[in-house]
Amino acid sequence: MSLYATGHQTVGPYLHIGLNWLVTPEIAPRGIAGERFTIQGRLVDGDGDGVNDGLIEIWQANAQGKYAHPEDRQKKPIEKGWRGFGRVATDARGGFRFRTIKPGPVPGPNGEPQAPHLVVSVFMRGMLKHLATRMYFPDEPANARDPVLKLVPAARRATLIARKKGKSALEWNVILQGRQETAFFDF
Amino acid sequence: MKPAQTRYRRPHPGTQPDYNYPPYASTQKRCPTQPLIVPPQTLSEITGPIFGHDDIKPTDNDLTRQHNGEPIGERIIVSGRVLDENSRPVPHTLVEIWQANAAGRYPHKTDQHNAPLDPNFSGAGRTMTDAEGRYRFITIRPGEYPWRNHYNAWRPAHIHFSLFGPAFLTRMVTQMYFPGDPLLPYDPMYNCIANEAARARLIGVFDWENTIPEQALGYRFDIVLRGREETPMEKMP
Repeated sequence: MSLYATGHQTVGPYLHIGLNWLVTPEIAPRGIAGERFTIQGRLVDGDGDGVNDGLIEIWQANAQGKYAHPEDRQKKPIEKGWRGFGRVATDARGGFRFRTIKPGPVPGPNGEPQAPHLVVSVFMRGMLKHLATRMYFPDEPANARDPVLKLVPAARRATLIARKKGKSALEWNVILQGRQETAFFDF
Repeated sequence: MKPAQTRYRRPHPGTQPDYNYPPYASTQKRCPTQPLIVPPQTLSEITGPIFGHDDIKPTDNDLTRQHNGEPIGERIIVSGRVLDENSRPVPHTLVEIWQANAAGRYPHKTDQHNAPLDPNFSGAGRTMTDAEGRYRFITIRPGEYPWRNHYNAWRPAHIHFSLFGPAFLTRMVTQMYFPGDPLLPYDPMYNCIANEAARARLIGVFDWENTIPEQALGYRFDIVLRGREETPMEKMP
């Protein structure tokens, strides 16, 4: 017997009441290996205004390219204390900020490696179903061969690649509409 | 290396909302305007965060016991099962809820509705499903409240539900409504699901079995997360 998935509904404006308890701006606890970055950006609506009632969730592999999940059957180490999940709410200007390590390459379709990336869910008032997107890293030769990034029209690929803002600081904005609209996925 | 499992199903037509839904005015400046890109499902999407009992307190599912006094309102038990589209239970997965108090007010800085706050009610709960996918919350029936989407707009009573399931692809946030609510036909959130049967599944069912005599009415709300395609090769349990 098969069922249809329950319908999605918006998180509404009071999402923080239910979701803030699990806010995780430090995705990689002390002692986790990897190159550390602070990633900050803004969630911006079609008027160019910051979305102050949004929430971003991040899911990622560790520096070896291994997910803390039973379906990742790669023979790679995983550190104690590594989950790979982040959750941050946007501030009054739509800004968000989290710290993490750059993940290693994980296998893609047909086993070809994917470029290092974070998978991201975006929730907000005014959105009936969350959006899915990805953040890739700058100065990364593997981006050119990434099997998901290459499905994105060339002109829009840059929306998924963070910009370098300092030695260990990256900027990545989520733009909902307009000329710089972030590429979103429907998996 | 090919994924060992089949892919997650695409949504059945009409059972999920569109991003652009004009009756819900706030979608207009927030929905993507470019077509979404449909990539293959990779290891990154068929995995997802796993939570456990260490992440929550055993009493986090009782919203009536979070303060010194009891909240005002009608006590209710909201319980059900989390299943996948193949009718299999989703065990040991995190369920988060939040809701207004009995007067229709949220303890939130942006909620300016002129209805009283309840010092004994915060309106947030969480729990893990058991081995059979069951969950249970004790709370109070939330009140309806006005919003500014259109003239004389009121949200029907509802409880927000957030679920993870086993994968990034099974992440879902939904709302549970109450049977017989006269506001449902006017509510853009409820009506954003085109398929009538799928829409009706957002309404909890009065649950006599889980009603506690002289204590609390029961409501049953079963939730279905995305499931995988089934193939003849797949081993059945």
